Amino acid sequence: MSALQASGRGAAALETAGAWLLALIWILPLAYALWAAIHPSAYSAHFVPSAPLTLENFARAWNAAPFARYFLNTFLLVTMILAAQLVLCTLAAYAFARFSFRGRDLAFVLVLLQLMIMPDVLIVENYRTMSALGIVDTIPAIGLPYMASAFGIFLLRQTFKSVPRELDEAARVEGAGPLAVLLKVYVPLAKPVYIAYGLVSVSYHWNNFLWPLIVTNSVNTRPLTVGLQIFASTDQGIDWSVITAATLMTSAPLLVAFLLFQRQFVQSFMRAGIR
Amino acid sequence: MHGLEPKTAAAVAPPPRLRFAAPIHGWLLLLPAAVLLATFTHYPAVATIVDSFYSTPKARRAAIFVGADNYQAMLGDPVFWRALSNNIVYAGCVIPLTIALALAMALWVNGKIAGRPLLRLSFFTPTVLPMIAVANIWLFFYAPGYGLLDQLLGLFGIPSHNWLGDQHTALICLIAVAVWKDAGFFMIFYLAALQQVSPQLAEAAAIEGASRWYFFRRVTFPLLMPTTLFVLVNAVINAFRLIDHIVVMTQGGPDNATALILFYIYEVGFKFWDTAYAATLTVVLLILLALLALGQFLILDRRIHYQ
Amino acid sequence: MGYSKTKWLAALAGAAMLALTTAAMAKDITLSFYYPIAVGGPIPKIIDGYVADFEKENPGIKIKAIYAGTYQDTLVKALTAFKSGEPPNIAVLLSTDMFTLIDEDAVAPFDDLLKTDADKAWAKSFYPAFMANSQTGGKIWGIPFQRSTIVMYWNKDAFKAAGLDPDKAPDTWDELVAAGKKLTQRDGANVTQWGIEIPSSGFPYWLFQGLTTANKVLLMNEAGTQTAFDKPGVVAALQFWVDLSKKYGIHPAGTVEWGTTPKDFFEKKTAMMWTTTGNLTNVRKNAPFPFGVAMLPAHEGRGSPTGGGNFYFFKKMSSEERAAAFKFVKWMTTPERAADWGIQTGYVAVRPDAWDTEAMKKYVADFPAAAVARDQLKYAVAELSTHDNQRVTKALNDGIQAALAGTKTPEQAMKDAQAEAVRILKSYQ
Repeated sequence: MSALQASGRGAAALETAGAWLLALIWILPLAYALWAAIHPSAYSAHFVPSAPLTLENFARAWNAAPFARYFLNTFLLVTMILAAQLVLCTLAAYAFARFSFRGRDLAFVLVLLQLMIMPDVLIVENYRTMSALGIVDTIPAIGLPYMASAFGIFLLRQTFKSVPRELDEAARVEGAGPLAVLLKVYVPLAKPVYIAYGLVSVSYHWNNFLWPLIVTNSVNTRPLTVGLQIFASTDQGIDWSVITAATLMTSAPLLVAFLLFQRQFVQSFMRAGIR
Repeated sequence: MHGLEPKTAAAVAPPPRLRFAAPIHGWLLLLPAAVLLATFTHYPAVATIVDSFYSTPKARRAAIFVGADNYQAMLGDPVFWRALSNNIVYAGCVIPLTIALALAMALWVNGKIAGRPLLRLSFFTPTVLPMIAVANIWLFFYAPGYGLLDQLLGLFGIPSHNWLGDQHTALICLIAVAVWKDAGFFMIFYLAALQQVSPQLAEAAAIEGASRWYFFRRVTFPLLMPTTLFVLVNAVINAFRLIDHIVVMTQGGPDNATALILFYIYEVGFKFWDTAYAATLTVVLLILLALLALGQFLILDRRIHYQ
Repeated sequence: MGYSKTKWLAALAGAAMLALTTAAMAKDITLSFYYPIAVGGPIPKIIDGYVADFEKENPGIKIKAIYAGTYQDTLVKALTAFKSGEPPNIAVLLSTDMFTLIDEDAVAPFDDLLKTDADKAWAKSFYPAFMANSQTGGKIWGIPFQRSTIVMYWNKDAFKAAGLDPDKAPDTWDELVAAGKKLTQRDGANVTQWGIEIPSSGFPYWLFQGLTTANKVLLMNEAGTQTAFDKPGVVAALQFWVDLSKKYGIHPAGTVEWGTTPKDFFEKKTAMMWTTTGNLTNVRKNAPFPFGVAMLPAHEGRGSPTGGGNFYFFKKMSSEERAAAFKFVKWMTTPERAADWGIQTGYVAVRPDAWDTEAMKKYVADFPAAAVARDQLKYAVAELSTHDNQRVTKALNDGIQAALAGTKTPEQAMKDAQAEAVRILKSYQ
């Protein structure tokens, strides 16, 4: 019995070591970014503990590109997309979950199609559409293809379907119209799903790159990712100190938000029953 | 809950006006989302297919119908075949690796290992960083000689290597970056699912003398199947959608060793402005994605064990 | 809905007044100006400074300067904007994009603006090497602004340590190989310092022209309709590049990354490097050792391709806008400004008389390396530029990378590249 225990403990120790090694490797890029950002260029490749600390890289990065404007653009973008998604997907999911109408199931399959045929794949055509609508290089143009999110509709439909019908009928008996029932019964019950979905959506669109790259031309509409890429790809050579400073600056909001709310983050996923 | 009391289910028929209005309401509710979806998903998909049969409109000449010419050109284009095979290899490596690691991470974080919050933090951080930002950092990792990877390998006496400039290793390097980026994100889904697995199952299994591996294989993993399906869908999408790291690190090189389909579409469509050929390539990508979607749902749906 | 008639009339009158006054105020011409950032230094600040000075001297003209990334990014942005009906007025784009822009019917030539003798003289005042990529069909399509050539930087300390004369760089291919052999240092199987690095990522064709020009072959014709990738001289140049690593072992194998080459130089991973003269300021600031700058080594001949960007005027401008834009471009390319731009960035000042200004003379006296690129101009050739330029250069780039990786012999690589180029250019014959 003791040998088994011992080997069990040995295996556990090995596993802990393995997990920790992996975690170390995983955090390495961020750790390196921190190192390079707070030390002068000359030390970006040399890990000398006595290297001088400096904030100059952040200052240079901030001055080299209009990051404040990029932050604003990104903030507007993700907020706009999330707001639209919440409204549109709620309405659509409600229709799918609780209404029966001709063509409903076909419509749902068509919606699910977007799970695989995401807007990122259709960049050429969507660009043409934006061009025809005359809204190229505007923030809404970045967001429009994503506002009707198949993922959101799917999640919310699932959630709405699991709401007991009694609550629905009770509200109706009280004289509430369909929209009032939606707002009073379904939406509050789906709160964990909304939070989970919101977190996924914000993180996805904060970090989205290819489509915003194509559809924006000017500083007034460029989000952080595009701004960062333009800033970092100078033909004259890569200065990691400044680039990592810019990277940290642009990732900071999400990073901080996650650090503060990781518990809620995980919990909302659990409660959303995404499994 | 807003002062509503659940009444017992006496059959309360909905008032007549609702019953009549339901179909209209249904479509009305669906309308905004439907319009957007039609405009930015369904219409472009169809338009892409149509465009692939025409030539590219130039300043001096409008598009003309060319039948299967674009497809013939594509079949004869060695870069296309390279991009296709690269993408298949890339997806074939990234997807299983990411899912396996995500599962392992979730099991570790869910288990009794010391320092779990830090582990979870470390695994999840890549998710909140934009790929375009970290790609530059990975560029440093892979730099020959003084890059971090070579520095670490140098400690073990392994000579330095031109990781991104060697077509044998370049794609593998990008695979590593992609796995690193997504594993933590999927870990969260597995974590949520694991926390719903009743601990009594584990206790029962322990009493019966089942080994941990046996328990995992026969109980945990099947219970996680819905999550696995969900994660699989996401992983497949990302394997074809995420090309940010290529833009930063290799631009498809060396000699197209890291060209992926979407990257080639971007090059053809927005660098060469050959929109007809880009549409043709997009059609191939759409077919590929559709096949994968079908495959996933057909094969895996059978094996899902719902509680 | 409850508005009285009077209210409506008042609103209408107010709107009319507003329209009239705005029309009266709209003497202000606003021009949009896309420019790339391709070298180090606080470029946006410098450009903004120029724009502010210009606006001060030219009230009534406002310039909206928008920086758009690399040359590639800026071209994509400009063409994207053009295709969606909102082109920029002025853009600095690669001189080699000329044919692409003409084919897309996006830009207008400058000739009709050159009416006065002064203007005509101005158009002739640029270095002919730079104008080579700016003219076709007898018309001027671009005005040189930020132009460069390739130069060779060498680490003087490394030369001394290897027993070479630190003040003399190799001047021929043979000298290059000999020096490289002495400079390459190994630590077992690991190479700790290469003799030379010639980057081959991003746009290897440009660096390749540094070798083909030394072999006295040109890669394309002036009309941009034919290429000569499979000529023996071209193949030989590629063979030499491959041999640098395969035969002589003084150059890394595979593709060398453009962006990290300067850093490799600073980190002493390579003793010599070929890169743009635009990196001069960057190297001066960051190299922790004395360094030299030399013309590219000669073989049968000598020379380098030019590089960099020109001013282009986009179509769809009113005649007032064109006149204003023309003022701006002339202002940006006066000898004093060209000199100032060259000093601040490391680009080659684009006109001979810029080098005679006081500021430039002082700068060169203080930092002779700055004049190397200018001296090389008399051996400079046009950068590779054809119709459908992006595609043709990709064919060549892929071939170069394949040869350097060893997956194709130089002959095969160049044969395939030429076949692809012929296919692409067929419709332009």
